[in-house]
Amino acid sequence: MSRRRVVVTGLGTVNPVGRDVPSYWRNLVDGVSGIGKIQQFDASHLPVQIAGEVADFDPEEYIPKKEARRLDRFSQLFWAASHQALQDAGVDYTDAGEAAYRAGVVVGSGIGGIISIEAGVDTIRERGASRVSPLAITQIIANSAGGMVSIAYGLQGPNTCVVTACAASANAIGDAAEIIRRDEADLMVAGGSEAAMSEFPVAAFAQTRALSTRNDEPERASRPFDAERDGFVMSEGGAVLVLEELEHAKARDAQIYAELVGYGMSADGYHITLPRPGGMGAARAMQSALRSAGMAPDDIDYINAHGTSTPANDSTETAAIKLAFGDAAYQVPVSSTKSMTGHLLGGAGAVESIACVLAIRDGIIPPTINLENPDPECDLDYVPKTAREVPVRAAMTNSFGFGGHNVALIFAGM
Amino acid sequence: MDRGEIESKLSDLLVDELGLERDKISRDAKFEEDLEVDSLGVVELLMALEDNFGVQIPDEEAESITTVGEAVDLVHAKLSQGG
Repeated sequence: MSRRRVVVTGLGTVNPVGRDVPSYWRNLVDGVSGIGKIQQFDASHLPVQIAGEVADFDPEEYIPKKEARRLDRFSQLFWAASHQALQDAGVDYTDAGEAAYRAGVVVGSGIGGIISIEAGVDTIRERGASRVSPLAITQIIANSAGGMVSIAYGLQGPNTCVVTACAASANAIGDAAEIIRRDEADLMVAGGSEAAMSEFPVAAFAQTRALSTRNDEPERASRPFDAERDGFVMSEGGAVLVLEELEHAKARDAQIYAELVGYGMSADGYHITLPRPGGMGAARAMQSALRSAGMAPDDIDYINAHGTSTPANDSTETAAIKLAFGDAAYQVPVSSTKSMTGHLLGGAGAVESIACVLAIRDGIIPPTINLENPDPECDLDYVPKTAREVPVRAAMTNSFGFGGHNVALIFAGM
Repeated sequence: MDRGEIESKLSDLLVDELGLERDKISRDAKFEEDLEVDSLGVVELLMALEDNFGVQIPDEEAESITTVGEAVDLVHAKLSQGG
């Protein structure tokens, strides 16, 4: 039996630079920042007061009122992105009989419903055990987003959840593709979500010293590869790809954006937050993805970097790209769209996969904004400030997570 | 507070806190069958009654409530006893 091929047939996202795919992509290409002062709670007493938030998100645009109020925001954002992606793919499994057994979900989240954890702990401390919401557990568990989407859209095939910090939704996409390849499903909703805009998680991330404190210049705070970078900017959002087996997609005349051709992962085995110096851990994930795609470094025309804007990540990732790509590292354009979106944590791999897919479709590489004075240790072509029109045959996206998780995905044009 | 006032306030709670549709709510409406309130929703409902009417409803008494009207009667009886 020949290898089952996996293609992308639907996209959806709700994130700080766009509440749907067209506005997200337009703003990425135009170099628009989605970062601002935190609006969802009073952050004036915290060292970090900036973030990328989804402004004016109305869950009831996608979710029946009764369900919407039962969900944590991270699930609402994932539901919205899934709704868009399924519509874009033109599939509906709500009355599909046994075909629905061949359609599933993999959701990735760095944490899960942390806003609900914080609220629940406040309640028990202030009002006692009898006032804790019966919905608290189902709001908190990270798999609830995928569970709710399966219920809402009738997806009764494989359904699982990946929790690998900021690599989570990249793993979700890679794992969903493997489920299709081993013939357990024909179509998978794959992606991730994060919503951690409340006092406790922002304070806690700030304490890791990984966040930018450029509070007075929010739009300039996420500046990957720049010498003046001082940390990442937390963001929220959901992003979803509909992955489908190639012949299944062809049989229903589906639009095909790109093929998911490579997936690689590794662990640094070094430190809970810092990358392994020299970048060998991340390089091995990239090499593994190239190997699984049967590609050489010069087959890749664009790398969407993890590029968080932390001092440690960006120089180490640069070193890792050189290890994995050799001389080709200096030829391939690399950009970090986190310069505009901020860091969607568990949603990052998916929202950046969408950027790769659309870069392939349109032949446009979105820029790294705010890159004014490159760090001498960051000496690759980072597509500074403005987008570049160039054919993209294949694109790689990197995602690395606390815990030392490294993931690389490769998409290719058809 | 008379039964009419209790019913009116309860209807608001069902709409605002449980997300139910107002036009489905009546004295005879059954929580489980007509209003699709599931087991988690029942716990939410009891908490809403306790918080908003200042009454205590033990689980064994809660089990006897199946309709909106029965919930109104239970709250009315509790309030008449002096809370």
